[in-house]
Amino acid sequence: MQSNHLKGLVETALPAIAAADAASLEELRVSLLGKNGNVTLLLKSLGGMDAEARKTAGAEINHAKMQITDALSARRAVLDSQALEQKLAAERIDVTQPPRPDSAGALHPLSRTQEELAAIFAAMGFAIAEGPDIESDWNNFSALNIPSHHPARAMMDTFYLTGDQVLRTHTSPVQIRTMLEWAKTEGLGESPAPIRIIVPGRTFRADHDATHSPMFHQCEGLVIGQGITLGHLKGCLIDFLRAYFGLPELPVRLRSSYFPFTEPSMEVDIGWNRKTGELGGGTDWLEIGGSGMVHPNVLANCGIDPRRFQGFAFGMGLERITMLKHGIADLRLFYESDVRWLRHYGASPLTPASLHEGL
Amino acid sequence: MKFSLSWLKTWLETDAPLEDILATLNKIGLEVEGVENKAEALKPFTIAQIIEAQPHPNADRLRACRVTAGGAELSVVCGAPNARTGLKVVFAPPGATIPTSGLVLKIGEIRGVKSEGMLTSTRELGLGEDHEGIIELPEDAPIGANYAQWAGLDEPVIEISVTPNRGDALSVRGIARDLAAAGLGTLKPFAPAPIKGNGASAIQWANAYAEACPWILGRTIRGVKNGPSPAWLVKRLESIGLRPINALVDITNFFTFDLGRPLHVFDVTKINGPTLTLRRGQEGDSFPGLAGKEVQASHEDCVIADGAGAQSLAGITGGEGTGCDAATTDVFIECALFDRVKIAQTGQRAGIFSDARARFERGIDSQLLPEALDAATAMVLELCGGEASEITEAGSRPEWSRQAKLRFARLASFGGSDITPPEAIASLERLGFTVVTEDAASVTVAVPSWRNDVAQPPSLDQAPDLPGAMAAAEGAAEIEPEADLIEEVLRLKGLDAITPVSLPVASLVPAPILTPKQARTALARRVLATRGLLECVTFSFTDDASNALFGDAPESLRLANPISADLNQMRATPLATLAQAAARNLARGISDFGLFETGPAYAADTSQVLVAAGLRVGGTGLSALTPARAFDAMDAKADALTVLSALGVPMDAVTTIAGGPSYYHPGQSGALMQGPKTMLARFGTLHPNLTRALDLPTGTVAFEIFLDAIPEPKRRKKTAPALPPFQPLRRDFAFLVDESVGAEAVLRAARGAERSLVTGVALFDRYQGKGVPEGKVSLAIAVTLQPSEKSLTDAEIEAVCARIIAEVGKKTGAALRG
Repeated sequence: MQSNHLKGLVETALPAIAAADAASLEELRVSLLGKNGNVTLLLKSLGGMDAEARKTAGAEINHAKMQITDALSARRAVLDSQALEQKLAAERIDVTQPPRPDSAGALHPLSRTQEELAAIFAAMGFAIAEGPDIESDWNNFSALNIPSHHPARAMMDTFYLTGDQVLRTHTSPVQIRTMLEWAKTEGLGESPAPIRIIVPGRTFRADHDATHSPMFHQCEGLVIGQGITLGHLKGCLIDFLRAYFGLPELPVRLRSSYFPFTEPSMEVDIGWNRKTGELGGGTDWLEIGGSGMVHPNVLANCGIDPRRFQGFAFGMGLERITMLKHGIADLRLFYESDVRWLRHYGASPLTPASLHEGL
Repeated sequence: MKFSLSWLKTWLETDAPLEDILATLNKIGLEVEGVENKAEALKPFTIAQIIEAQPHPNADRLRACRVTAGGAELSVVCGAPNARTGLKVVFAPPGATIPTSGLVLKIGEIRGVKSEGMLTSTRELGLGEDHEGIIELPEDAPIGANYAQWAGLDEPVIEISVTPNRGDALSVRGIARDLAAAGLGTLKPFAPAPIKGNGASAIQWANAYAEACPWILGRTIRGVKNGPSPAWLVKRLESIGLRPINALVDITNFFTFDLGRPLHVFDVTKINGPTLTLRRGQEGDSFPGLAGKEVQASHEDCVIADGAGAQSLAGITGGEGTGCDAATTDVFIECALFDRVKIAQTGQRAGIFSDARARFERGIDSQLLPEALDAATAMVLELCGGEASEITEAGSRPEWSRQAKLRFARLASFGGSDITPPEAIASLERLGFTVVTEDAASVTVAVPSWRNDVAQPPSLDQAPDLPGAMAAAEGAAEIEPEADLIEEVLRLKGLDAITPVSLPVASLVPAPILTPKQARTALARRVLATRGLLECVTFSFTDDASNALFGDAPESLRLANPISADLNQMRATPLATLAQAAARNLARGISDFGLFETGPAYAADTSQVLVAAGLRVGGTGLSALTPARAFDAMDAKADALTVLSALGVPMDAVTTIAGGPSYYHPGQSGALMQGPKTMLARFGTLHPNLTRALDLPTGTVAFEIFLDAIPEPKRRKKTAPALPPFQPLRRDFAFLVDESVGAEAVLRAARGAERSLVTGVALFDRYQGKGVPEGKVSLAIAVTLQPSEKSLTDAEIEAVCARIIAEVGKKTGAALRG
C-alpha cells in the first residue's frame, strides 16, 4: 500500500514539477518536501515501523525524495535560465550606436618628418643640435663666409630686428655654434669626438607667395672630422634620401653650384617623373637641397685648422621633403592650422618613427 | 643670364645638340632655368597682306579686311587703327592659339561680317609690350611664309642662373669657355685689332677716388651717326628680352652680355667741360638716372662728374642728361674697372639692380679693358661711322699674378675622386689656367684674370679668443686655393663620377641621440596628441597689437623690415598665434576642437624658451550617451598635468597657485609650480576681453607648459613596490572649510596625516548652498587606507581617522561637517 501510495505521489509530482512556474514550483517544494510535506510526512512515519519494514520503506521513500529533489532543481535551473534570458533581453542596448566621443589628436606632418630624420640620422651616428631663431649677424652671415657686401646676402631676404640681430635665414648658424664649441675644447688640447649633427629648425626669409613662406623649416647637417671626403657626403645623402623616401633605388645626383659656406658646393637632386609626381621614376630631376665641403674660411672663422680637419654640410627644406613624401600640394597650408588638414595629414602619436617598424 | 643658341655659337665651335649643351650646363654648375623657342608657340602664324581694308558696316571702330595668306582670299575683322590696305601683317588662322591669352581662334561672325582669323599685335604674340596696333611688316616680307622663321625667332633661348661667384659666366663668351672646357667644342679666339686713335680725346679722365676705381679707359669718337641698330643686333638683344634703343646704347648692352664687359656711352656735347672726374659723392649730388628715377649719391659712392656735377653712379647706372640719343654726333666711351665691394655696397644702398652692377660686383676681367674698348670702338665705327681719338686713361692696369697649388692626393682625400693628375691638369688648362710648376705630387697654376673667384686673397672674420685662431687662418690661406682648383676639376668631370661612401659608424647598433630635453619634447607632443589635440605649426611672428593682448610687444622684438604689418612682432607666447589659428577654424564653421603647438616664445631680451601651448574651443562632442560638456579650465589643467606626469615630474611635488597673467580669467586660472619658484605650466579660461578681441567664444581654455623649466627627472632605479596582501579600505569625510581654502590643501593634509597608511585621497564632492554656511564650502573626500603589516582593528581605524580630521583641521581650518 505504502509503496503504491509513494509511487502515485511521485507520478503526480514529477509532471507537476516539470510544468511549474517559479511560484508554483516553490509551492510544490513545500507541499512535498516542506516540514509538513507529503514526502516528509512519509519519512516521519518510518519511526512507527519495525526494523525490516523501515529498511525497505526507507529506501523507497529516499529514492522518491531524491527523484523529486532532482526534478525540482532541474526545473529551477530551467526557470532561472529562462528568467535570466528575459532579463538580458530586457537589458538590450543598441550596440550599433557610436560610443562616447573621444576626439583623436594628431602630430603635425613636420613633426613627423623631424622624427623620421632623427631616426635615420641616429643610425648614422648623428646628434641633433639646436640654436636660437634670433641670431647675431656674425653667426648668420659673417662666420659663414658671407661678408656684408656679398651678393648672396642681398639674395637672402633677411628679416632684421632693431639692433644687430636677424631672424636666422637658415639653420647654418648652428653649425657655427657647434664648431666654436668644438674648437674651444679641441684647441685646449682635448680631443672631442668628430662633429656629426643635424639641425632641424625654424628659418625666416622676407618672401611670401604660393611657394614661399616667411617662416619655414630647414634641416642642416654637418660632419667634421679627419678623412671625411666628398664621397662621404654623397654616400650620406644617398643613404638618407633612400631611407626617408623608402625607395632603395632612388636616383640621387649632385650638381655643381655655389654657396659661400661650402667649396665645392653642390645642389642635390632626386629622380622623379615631373608629370606624375612619382618619385624615383621617370627621367626628370628635382632639386631637394644644397650641400658641399665646408669652406676653409668657415672652419678658420671658428678656429678649426682646415689642414687638420675637413668635412661636409648639407641643408634641405623640411616642408619640401614632407610635401614630396606625402603628396601635399600647397605649402601655405602647413601653417594655416586648418583642423581638417591637420586631421588629414597629421600623424598618429602612437606610432613614433622607428626604423624597425618602418618609416 | 639669357642667351640664344646662335649667340653662343658665335663663341663656341660645336656640333653638340641642344640637349647635350643643356645637360652640360647643368653638370658644370651653370644651372639651366629654362629654354624657350618662341617659334614653337608661333608655328601657325604666317605672313599675310591686307588686300583691302574697309570700314566695318556695323561698327565704327572695326575694319573689314580682305586678306591673303597665300591661299584663298579671307575675310577678317580687325580692330586695329593701323589695319590698312596693302599692309603686310602677321596672320593667325582659325585653330591657332594666341600665346599670351591662350585663346583658340574660331571662324566667327563679328557684327554680321565673317571673320576667318586674326591680325595680331606684338603683345598678343608675347614678343613685346606694343599693343597700339597690329604688327607692320616690311613690304618685302614673303606672303604665306612662317612668321617666326622669317623673323629669326626660330631658335632656342637658354636662361641659366649664374651663382654669385661666377662673374665670368655673366657673358656669352664666358659660358662658351666653360662649355668648351667641359668638352663640348672649341672656344673661338677673341683678338680685336688694336685701333689707332687720332688726336687726344675730347674728354679726359680725372680720378679722385682710386679706391673705388683702380683703372679706367675712355675715348671719343667724333662724327658718328646714331640711329637704329642693324637687324642682327636688334635680334640679338630682343632674343634675350632687351629693348633696342639706338646703335650706341645697343653696342654697350651687347658687350655687357657678349663679353661680360659693361660700358657706358656719354654724349660729348652734353658733358660740361673737358673732364669727367671720378670722385666720392657729395652733398647735393643728384641726377635723373637712365631708368627715369632720380639717383642720389652718398659719400661712400663713386660718381662720375662733369663741370655741372654728378652725371653717373659709377658702375651702376648712367644719367639721362648725358646719354646718347639719335642726335648724338660725338660719343665718349667709358670702359672701367670698379671695386667689387664698393659697387655692391653702393648698389645695395641705392637699391638699383642693373646689368652693370651684377657684373662689377661679381668681378669682371681686370685685364680685358683695352681689348674691350677696341672691340667696342670697332663696332661703333662700323655701325655709326666717325673717327676715334686716342685713349684717355686714369689709374693703371692692376697687377694680376694669382697662383694656386693642387696636391694630386687631395683629389681623392678631399674630393673623393679618382681623377688622375694629367686629367686634372688638362681640365685646368682648358679653363685658362696655365701650369707654372709641376712635380709628381702637385701642380702650381696661374689663375686666369677672368676667374677672380679663384684663390682670392684671404678674408676671414674669426671669432675672438679662439685658441687655434692663428693656425686656422694659416690653414685657410693654404687650403682655400686648392679647394678652388679641386672644385674646378670636379665640376668639369661631373660629380656623377664620385663614388658614394657610407659614413663609417662606431657601432652597428645606433646609440640614442636625442638629448633628454629633445626626447621629452617629443613625448610632450605625443601626450597632447593622444589627448585629442591637433598639433599646429604657426608663425613665430604676428602683429604687435595682437601680441600685446598676450602681454608686452617690446621694441626689441619688432621686425625692422616686416613683410606685412600683420607679421611685425615676435610672439610672446605660442598662444598668440594659436588663438588666431583657432579663430580661423571657427570662421570656417568648425567648432569643438583642441589645438596645440610646441614652439618658441620670445622674451624682450630676445632670448627664447620652448613652450607647449594648447587651446580648447567648445566642448566634448555630441553624444546620446553623455551630455555634451563645455571645456573648462580643469580640462586645460588636465592637459598640463598629464604632460608633466608623463615627463617624470613627481606629482606630489606639484602645487597649484591661483591666478595668472592678464590674458587669463582672473578667477579661473592657475599656475603649476614645483617648489616656490619654478613655474612648470599655466592654465585657465581665457579672459573674456581677449576672446572677444580675437573672435573666440567666451570660455575658451588654454594652457602653456614651459618645457625648458621642467627639471630632468632623476635617473634612479625604482625600489621594489610594496604589495601588501591586506585589503585596502576606504573612509569618506566631509569637511567644511573657508571657501578661500583650495581643495589641494585639504587633500594634501589628509594625505600627509598618516603617510604609512594613506595611499590615496580623492575629492568627490564640492558643495556650497543650502546647509553650508555662507563663506564656507563642503569638501567630501575619500581616503584609501592600505595596511601593510596586518589588518587594522576598528580601534586603529578610528585612531587614523581622528588623526586625518585633526591634521586637515590644523592645516586648513576645516571642521568635519556635522
